Amino acid sequence: MSANLSSILFLITGVLFILALRGLSSPETSRMGNFFGITGMILAIVVSILSVDIFFNNLIYFIVALSIGGIIGGIIAFKIPMTAMPQLVAGFHSLVGLAAVLVAVSAYYSPDSFGLGTFQDIKTASIIEMGLGVSIGAITFTGSIIAFMKLQGLMSGSPITFPGQHYLNALLGILIISLIGYLIVNQSTQIFWILIIASLLIGFLIIIPIGGADMPVVISMLNSYSGWAAAGIGFTLENTALIITGALVGSSGAILSYIMCKGMNRSFLNVILGGFGTDSSASAKTVKEEQKPVKSGNAEDAAFLMKNASSVIIVPGYGMAVAQAQHALREMVDKLKKNDVKVSYAIHPVAGRMPGHMNVLLAEANVPYDEVFELDDINNDFANTDVAYVIGANDVTNPVAKTDPKSPIFGMPILDVEKCKSVLFVKRSMSPGYAGVDNELFYRDNTLMLFADAKKMTEDIVKHLD
Amino acid sequence: MEIDPFIFRLSIFILSIFIGYFVVWSVTPSLHTPLMSVTNAISSVIIVGAIIASFSSLDGSNISFSNMLGFVAVTLAAINIFGGFLVTQRMLQMYKKKEKKKNK
Repeated sequence: MSANLSSILFLITGVLFILALRGLSSPETSRMGNFFGITGMILAIVVSILSVDIFFNNLIYFIVALSIGGIIGGIIAFKIPMTAMPQLVAGFHSLVGLAAVLVAVSAYYSPDSFGLGTFQDIKTASIIEMGLGVSIGAITFTGSIIAFMKLQGLMSGSPITFPGQHYLNALLGILIISLIGYLIVNQSTQIFWILIIASLLIGFLIIIPIGGADMPVVISMLNSYSGWAAAGIGFTLENTALIITGALVGSSGAILSYIMCKGMNRSFLNVILGGFGTDSSASAKTVKEEQKPVKSGNAEDAAFLMKNASSVIIVPGYGMAVAQAQHALREMVDKLKKNDVKVSYAIHPVAGRMPGHMNVLLAEANVPYDEVFELDDINNDFANTDVAYVIGANDVTNPVAKTDPKSPIFGMPILDVEKCKSVLFVKRSMSPGYAGVDNELFYRDNTLMLFADAKKMTEDIVKHLD
Repeated sequence: MEIDPFIFRLSIFILSIFIGYFVVWSVTPSLHTPLMSVTNAISSVIIVGAIIASFSSLDGSNISFSNMLGFVAVTLAAINIFGGFLVTQRMLQMYKKKEKKKNK
């Protein structure tokens, strides 16, 4: 295949990928979008195979490699529970990073087959691009593995910090940049491998100080990195499809990181420097010991309240996902609807462990997506709503974010459940959320605390609704 | 004076960032998880590099170190491609509209 023809076909691949993302602007068009994405990928693979000289031995190994990967990927895709999507995505990012590193190393050792020059005499522009690609790829690889382990619970979600951490990171960053520069004058294998090792190390170091609760930002950030790594390799290989895709993925991840940071009212830098917020340590410091009266109720009270309401808004948080309460919740809503209660769902941007996670979990429980609303779309409705059923969420409803400038969550956008006539909180105990802030809503007259496991409480309410 | 082809690639790159910016802002927040899994799948187009690496050869007979790296990279990218697109498909199938009442 001529170079011009393959370039045009790679451009078409890029366009198909743009259409794939464009399709996600609404659930109706999204499946078509995914189809465009798959078509683009098949086109890219076919064009690349037709553009290289095929040797029979290699072809067999290639087909074996593709099949093994395909089977593993297929099995994972069908088996993975939706609650585990964050770690799955983190795991997948690490594979993109590692693949980028392997391609760059391969290109470094056989530059002639990539058309980049000869061994240790690679074109200057190409070696810089290769250095950038391999470095970002390596950072994505180790960073994603740490994120995966934290999300999967293989390592503690609490931040790991040590003195001089930022200095060490800064030093490694300078080293990486200098090594890429040094490759221009000296393309020795030692320099190349030191660059890779330093990048692997910094990928590890920048993720360990970030707390488990900040994982939505981290996953989005690593998504972005995997895109920039692909773009770096795209420049090295002078491949349009890779450059376009890398840019799309890179900006997508960056936007998602921005949205997540905004949802928590944290600056990106603040998250990256890490050390903030863990599930246990932060809460211990700020819990006030004073005893304020709290009204607590049981499933019967809750069922009575909701059955006699004309409208209910459900506010799910990550606690709902942990308790696997989404199916019971759906059952409860069905019963309420039979009683002519209007029910909708309100989702905070940072509910769940990754962007949009809560929406997927609700969709899995057969909740129609047109009953699920984002913060901006539903926040005004709370004032006209009888009951808010808050399940597994806490900080995202805390009015202190609006009133107390000293609070760590001040400025964070919240769901105005306080404006509802009555509020039901399903919680296991009085412990504050990850920000470690006491929620004054718990002590209000119109609040009823339901102390139980989210799933069990919802199931009990379902029984009492009959 | 002739323009370096790098400049063209850089132009494509910069313009693609802008396309990505606008397209991704128009993605509905409820589909942000599928967005992440699909961007993950498409970034595996890095398989085109892995394919070149798999078939690069000087004499056409021996499997070189570069070839082996290529095969591993093909496997990793394939996991991502199949896993990424299929899991996205699985998620998107779940998004359903409210069922219309039968008597209407």
